[in-house]
Amino acid sequence: MIKGLRTLTDPLVENNPVTVHILGICSALAVTTAMSTALTMSIALTVVLTVAAGIISLIRAHIPGVIRLIVQITIIAALVIVADQLLRAFAYEMSQRLTVFVSLIATNCIVLGRTEAFALHHPPGPSMLDALGNGLGYSAVLLIVAFIRELLGSGSLFGINLLPLVADGGWYQPLRLMLLAPSAFIILGLLIWAIRSLHPHLAEPREFTLRHAPRETRT
Amino acid sequence: MIELFQRSIFEENLALSYFLGMCTFLAVSRRIETAIGVGLALIIVQAISVPLNNLLYTHVLAGGALTWLGLPDTDLGFLRLITFIGIIAALVQVLEMVLDRFMPALHRALGIYLPLLTVNCAILGGSLFMVERQLDLSESLVFGLGTGIGWALAIVTLAAIRERLRYANVPRGLEGLGIAFIVAGLMSMGFSAFVGVRVL
Repeated sequence: MIKGLRTLTDPLVENNPVTVHILGICSALAVTTAMSTALTMSIALTVVLTVAAGIISLIRAHIPGVIRLIVQITIIAALVIVADQLLRAFAYEMSQRLTVFVSLIATNCIVLGRTEAFALHHPPGPSMLDALGNGLGYSAVLLIVAFIRELLGSGSLFGINLLPLVADGGWYQPLRLMLLAPSAFIILGLLIWAIRSLHPHLAEPREFTLRHAPRETRT
Repeated sequence: MIELFQRSIFEENLALSYFLGMCTFLAVSRRIETAIGVGLALIIVQAISVPLNNLLYTHVLAGGALTWLGLPDTDLGFLRLITFIGIIAALVQVLEMVLDRFMPALHRALGIYLPLLTVNCAILGGSLFMVERQLDLSESLVFGLGTGIGWALAIVTLAAIRERLRYANVPRGLEGLGIAFIVAGLMSMGFSAFVGVRVL
């Protein structure tokens, strides 16, 4: 039980797929202009990832090694199509706002990475826990980035206005840059910096070390 | 047509304004030579796969495309994702064999990057955007080429900046990927300055 809990919580910070392993960045950056899109995307990815890990882990003994990638991609793509069609049927406006990014879950490196690295070698229970943990880790990053971008960019959360805007007679002048692409890169960069400063062992090893020449020897 | 070409390179750069192909974008931009290799491979695959997927979509998958088979009501549009993935994977495989047979030097240079592109979301994203924006065959050829060049331009530029950054005194936790993200953000700001610029 403790081990299962560990599988679930480990990917939240220590082994976070986005900030530590730099997987699945495309969607993490693209859908974070608002909390609602980020939340929908997180749910879609977590569900697809968990179900895919479960299915692949169930049939792991029957997948021939040479074609395992294609089998995994087919299963994942089929699940993504189901998720996409469900969104279109029950939340059409949301699916229009997410455009192609729901479909792109199929090539999201987190999904293939977890099924390939974990689900192929473990029974369904732990595989699904691991997938759920990674999905939650991904969701956490998405929601943090979306929180900053929506709050500063439009002064609202989930579309509910929190900071009174200048346009409506309030005091907050929204920072439009937050809704554009550059801010997403920079916020994620700063988030990685924060996490690596809190957990120094996660920092990348230096490619080389600088040789600090003593200043006195300079002429 | 020129406008579409220009827009797909700068204004709607797949890497910097739609965040597509980010994993490859950050992973292989350490050295400029590898960045050029993967950039070239992506231009080739993108310029072939987008028009190919366009043909397949308009003549087989789109609603009403199977009228000649006597199935006017069939809409196979929901199968596009899985079809595109299959086409891209097959295309990369065929391209690798053709290059190996006829242009061994180029194959040696691009060899290891080609298979990587099968799971690159810039390629799949390009084809999906093509469907979303309802481009025709010639437009999709231009769009594929343009987005490919735009992505290659972005990764080569980032690699050049990162090579230079190796000699910079970056704070410890920010080294490597952290600073790469911030540089990409600044580049994205730079590219957004091209919005609205027209040659003709």
